[in-house]
Amino acid sequence: MSAPTSTITAVTPEGPEVAAAPAKRRRLRFVANPKAATGLVVLAFFCLIAIIGPWIAPFDPSARSSDLIQAPSGKHWFGTTHLGQDIFSQVLVGTRGVMFVGLLAGLVATALSILIGVSAGFLGGAADDSLSALSNVFLVIPALPLIIIVASTIPSAGDLMVALVIGLTSWAWGARVLRAQTLSLRRRDYVEAARATGESTWRIITFEIMPNLTAIIASGFVGTVIFAVMSEITLAFIGISTISEWNWGTILFWAQSQQALAQGAWWWFVPAGLAIAILGTALSLINFGIDEFVSPRLRSSGHTRIKTKDGHSVRMRVGFTPVLSSKQAPVTPVVRREQEEVA
Amino acid sequence: MKFLLQRLVFYVFTAWAALTINFFIPRMIPGDPVTSLINKFQGQMSTDAINSLYVLFGLDKNASLWSQYVDYWGQVFRGDLGLSFTFFPTPVAEILRQSLPWTIALVGITTFASFMIGTSLGVLAGWRRGSVMDGLLPVTTFLSSIPYFWLGLLAITLLAGPDSFFPSSGGYEPGLVPSWNAEFIGSAVQHSLLPAITILISSVSGWILTMRNMMVTVASEDYITVAHAKGLPERRVMVSYAARNALLPNVSGFALSLGFIVGGTLLVEIVFSYPGIGYNLFQAVGAKDYPLMQGVFLVITLSVLVANLLADVAYLLLDPRTRKEG
Repeated sequence: MSAPTSTITAVTPEGPEVAAAPAKRRRLRFVANPKAATGLVVLAFFCLIAIIGPWIAPFDPSARSSDLIQAPSGKHWFGTTHLGQDIFSQVLVGTRGVMFVGLLAGLVATALSILIGVSAGFLGGAADDSLSALSNVFLVIPALPLIIIVASTIPSAGDLMVALVIGLTSWAWGARVLRAQTLSLRRRDYVEAARATGESTWRIITFEIMPNLTAIIASGFVGTVIFAVMSEITLAFIGISTISEWNWGTILFWAQSQQALAQGAWWWFVPAGLAIAILGTALSLINFGIDEFVSPRLRSSGHTRIKTKDGHSVRMRVGFTPVLSSKQAPVTPVVRREQEEVA
Repeated sequence: MKFLLQRLVFYVFTAWAALTINFFIPRMIPGDPVTSLINKFQGQMSTDAINSLYVLFGLDKNASLWSQYVDYWGQVFRGDLGLSFTFFPTPVAEILRQSLPWTIALVGITTFASFMIGTSLGVLAGWRRGSVMDGLLPVTTFLSSIPYFWLGLLAITLLAGPDSFFPSSGGYEPGLVPSWNAEFIGSAVQHSLLPAITILISSVSGWILTMRNMMVTVASEDYITVAHAKGLPERRVMVSYAARNALLPNVSGFALSLGFIVGGTLLVEIVFSYPGIGYNLFQAVGAKDYPLMQGVFLVITLSVLVANLLADVAYLLLDPRTRKEG
């Protein structure tokens, strides 16, 4: 327990510079990050589909037709199932369930992790010990089997139920990260100053501590949404949640149970799987954006190799001030070694 | 030693918590699905077997919750997890004993390998920030966003087939009898290759990313600059100075995320019909076989706890600071 375990806590720069910039400029800077921007655009697209999907779907996703197991065509963009159902419509309609469960579970888990993590970090003492023990227990117990068992004991688990079960079991990681960060903020001078001026504990937590945790809370939320989407699709895929509500996992469930593989019906499971992967990638990109926003060091963009006047190339690195050698100036030993390696 | 003792106490506590959760979940089931199952197999079950199911699932409404709890513990300690309905009349413990080695071999080895490969790649990516290695990140992110089971399905379609080297399902050739001879082991390895590759591809990127970020953080520490200034070879600074220190948080992160990873990898077994615990869970869910489900959850949790303990020992060996206090 002695070492920091998360990249986020580990890379968060010491000091309040994150909060120092005005809010508006900060938001723009976040969107300017190409990774975050890509992620946000894709996420917005999926949200749009989640809202309008059922209306723009060309067919009723459950309606049968005589086109059994057809390959993709102009009429059925993603092909049809063993009952002649249109897979394109199923994917469109299923988006709503996926997004709903992902976002709701993310909200529930984030709220719990703030409640438990921040109070553990801020209160300290026995409250901290018991709350950390609780979150560690939830962290170590494998979440997915637990979710599967709980969900399968609930008869006819709908979207709402699944979202709650996932949210209630997956808050531990966020709580742990938040606790670590709160611990480091708790003894900062500005918090002490607020305490000295007689601000209430409640006000210190919400107005002094929480704004400095925004980035961590946001990345925890995005991480939980990824996990929730994966878990929900898994539950549907093994046939636990109700198969009457369409989501991408349900499509995969039918594809698997109807031996789509053996029939060579690749179009049955490829679109849903790709949609999951693209959504997951978009969310991860947003998270990278947040990480890089908090800790600019992690950015990978930009040229790190610089050509000097006399044609040598020097690789820039954190912690170094490379001497760009010209013929007149002597070169430091460090840089010369660099050049040898590069050449 | 104190560190290890603390962890041990924590794991015992977690094991207790898991068993208690396991005790309460079936008591929340509305209706009595287990009773109906018992009725279905009436006459084929011995009184002992029915009794043990009564204790496990709290069907005896007259007993107080506390006495149910005590009985439950006694029964779990005897290793009696009830009878499985899917594989009637085999006891759950017997089924798990057969399938656990398969899961440990597949999931254990691949998780460890993925950690090692991912960490090494992460060292390189973090050290040479801005080089080609950074181009690897988006690709691996995409791969890790693919659900394990879907990648498995894809792998089966593309690589497995009647005349392919890779079998599409099972843990070994159907005609063989499990034993320690070359033919059987060869067949088992051949069957586990495709599931193992699937797990590797989708789990490796997490390790690359965390290790890269730790390396970037460590690379700006003063002692790295000093190591450079001393004129040590690049390779030595990277491995013995930067990577050595960046590894520590990654190892404890490994321990904590084992629960997540193991949950995901179990699904690969389902797709490949691999004779492990994950496949058991799938069969149990399909047949509403509650005793088997509970047993699987218990065994998975306990295995993850043991794996965690091993990771802690590794941490102890890697970090001299935990060793200092006698």
